[in-house]
Amino acid sequence: MSTSTPPATTPVAAPEAATGDDSAYELRPDRGRSRLLYDVLGLCAFAVMAFPVYWLVLSAFRPNREIRSYDQTLWPSSFTLDNFVRATESPNFWTAIQSSLIICGTSVAGAIFIGTIAAFAIGRFDFYGRKPFMTVLILVQLLPPTAMLIPIYIQLNNLGALNEYWGVIVVYTVSVLPFATWMIRGFVINVPKELEEAAMVDGCTRMGAFWRVIFPLVAPGLAAASIFALVTAWNEYLFAYILLQDNDKYTLNVWLMNFTTDRGTDYGALMAGSVLIALPVVIFFMLLQKKMATGLTSGAVKG
Amino acid sequence: MTAADTKAADPPAAVPHRPGPKPPRPSRPSPGRPRSGRGKSARLPYLLIAPAIVAVGAVFAYPLVKTVIMSFQDMRRAHLWGGTTPPWVGFEQFTNILGDPHFWAVTVRTVLFMVVCVTATMGLGLGLALLMQRLSTWVRLLLTGALVAAWSMPLLVATSIFRWLSDSDYGVVNNLLSRLPGVDFQGHNWFLEPWQGFTVIGAVVVWGAIPFVVITLYAALTQVPAELEEAARLDGANALGVFRHVVFPVIKPVFQMVTTLSVIWDFNVFGQIFLMRANKPEPEYELLGLYSFSKAFESASFSQGTAIALITVLLLSGVAVYYLRQLMKTGEVE
Repeated sequence: MSTSTPPATTPVAAPEAATGDDSAYELRPDRGRSRLLYDVLGLCAFAVMAFPVYWLVLSAFRPNREIRSYDQTLWPSSFTLDNFVRATESPNFWTAIQSSLIICGTSVAGAIFIGTIAAFAIGRFDFYGRKPFMTVLILVQLLPPTAMLIPIYIQLNNLGALNEYWGVIVVYTVSVLPFATWMIRGFVINVPKELEEAAMVDGCTRMGAFWRVIFPLVAPGLAAASIFALVTAWNEYLFAYILLQDNDKYTLNVWLMNFTTDRGTDYGALMAGSVLIALPVVIFFMLLQKKMATGLTSGAVKG
Repeated sequence: MTAADTKAADPPAAVPHRPGPKPPRPSRPSPGRPRSGRGKSARLPYLLIAPAIVAVGAVFAYPLVKTVIMSFQDMRRAHLWGGTTPPWVGFEQFTNILGDPHFWAVTVRTVLFMVVCVTATMGLGLGLALLMQRLSTWVRLLLTGALVAAWSMPLLVATSIFRWLSDSDYGVVNNLLSRLPGVDFQGHNWFLEPWQGFTVIGAVVVWGAIPFVVITLYAALTQVPAELEEAARLDGANALGVFRHVVFPVIKPVFQMVTTLSVIWDFNVFGQIFLMRANKPEPEYELLGLYSFSKAFESASFSQGTAIALITVLLLSGVAVYYLRQLMKTGEVE
C-alpha cells in the first residue's frame, strides 16, 4: 500500500548507464589485484542477494520428500511439478486469480486516468493551490497504512460495502494515484511545450493539444506508470485481507496465506504459489529495467 | 522515442530533478495562445485535478479526520454492527495508552528496530554502491541482476521465503549452521526468543530494501567527477579522505533522502512480522503498526487502535516534514 509506493524523487540512472568509468581506473597499473578482491566481494554480495530467490525457485520444483528432509541439498536430485499441481488444485486458486485481475486491472485503469489529467494540470499550468496539491500527494504516501485501515474498514462497513470488490478497488485506485500522478507528471514536463503551442497555433484547443500531442508522446511513460501501479496493487494484501471476507473473493496474496495452517505449512506448495505470484512481477520488472531510471527520477519506486 | 525516454539515457543530474519548463502563466497572454482561453485556463486546471482531490480526500483525508475523531470516542464492536454513535470519552484513550507499560515497550521496540534496520540498510547499501563502482563489468551485471530480482519479490513472497529458510525443522539456515563443527541448530526455533525472531524479520526488511538503496546511491555516485577524485588522490588524500571530502558531499542529498524514506518505511514495518508469525503475532512481536491493528481487529477496541495510529502519525510527522523540506530544496516541487 502506500508504504510500498514511496514518493522517492531521487535521481537514478539505470546501472548500465554508467559502465563507462572503467577507463579511469585502467590508467593505474596497481588496480589489478584490488579489482580481484572487489570482484570476490561482489560475488559474495551476489550470492547473498540471489540465494533467497534461488531457494524459492528450487524449492518450488523440489520433490516433497526432499523438502521434508533434515539434509537440504543445494541442488535437488530431481525436478517435479507436483508442488505446482498441489498449489493450483488448492481451493479458490482460480477465483483468486479472477479477483486479483478484476481488482488490479480496474484500479490501475482508474488511477492512470485520474493521474494523467491531474499530472497534465500540475505539469502544464500554474495555478493557486498547485504546490499544496503536490505536497499533499507526497505527504499522503508517507501515512502508515494501518492508520488508514481502521477508519476505511468502519466506513465501508457502514456503507455495507465490506466484502465488495468496489471497496478494495477504490482503496487501491487512490493508493497508487499519488505516485502515478508524480510519475506521469515527470513525463509530461519532458514534452517540449512548443509542440503544444504549435498545435494551438494551428487551431487546437488546450485539451485538444493535450490529447493529440502530449498524450501520444507520454504514452510509453503511461505504460511504465501503469506497470508500477499494477505491481503495487498486485503486491498488496493487508486491505484485501481485512476488507474482503469470502474465500472466493480473496486475491492471490490472501490465497497464499492459506498455505499456513495451524497444522503446519506446506512449504512446497507455498513456494510454488509464491513463484506463480512473483512471476508476473519479475517479468514486468524486466520489461521496465530501462524505464526504471526514468520512472524513478520522476517520482515512483517500489520500496 | 519520447523526450521521457531520452532522459533516461542522460546522466542523472546531481540536483535530483531539473525543474521542467515553467508552465505559462494564464494571466500573461502569450502570442499564439487563443485569447478566449484565459477564462477557461483559469478553471481548467482545477477541473483536471478535481477527481484526484476527491479521491485523495475520500481515501486519505477523510479517514485521517475519522481517525482523530474516533480517538476521542470509545468505539466497540456493538457500535460497529449497530451503527450507533460511540460515546465521547475525551482523552481517556490516550491516558489509557500512555499509562500502559506495554505501549512504551512497543514504542521503544519500534524505534530500536527502525534504527537497527536503517543503519544496516544504509551501511550495507552505501558499501555495495561503492563496491559496484569498482567491479568488473560482468560481476556488476550479475549483482545488478540479483538486486533487481530481490527487488521484484513481493513482500509476501519475500517473507514466505525467509520463513522457509529459517524453518526450525527443514530450514536451510539451521541445516547449514549445523554443519559448522560444534554447532547444533537442528530443530532450533528462531521465534522463541523475540530478539532472534527480529533478527530474521530484520533480515527480510534489509534484504528487501537494499536493492533500491544500492541502485539509487550507485546512480548518485556516477555524478562524482572522476577527475576530482584523481586530483584529491594526487594531493595525497587516502581512500577515506577522498570519500569524506569528495565523494560524500556529492551524494549527500540523495543519501539523506533515501535515509529519511528508510526511516519512515522501517518505522511502519507491518507485513513482514504479520506474515512471519502466521497472521497472529505474539505481543512480544508487536511494533506500533501491529499494536494498533491488534487492538482494533483482535480486541475490537477500534478507538484504541486509532489512538495508537494517531500517535504513530504524530511521531512520524517530524520525519515527514524533514523529507518534504529536502524535496523542496532540490526543487522537485516546482
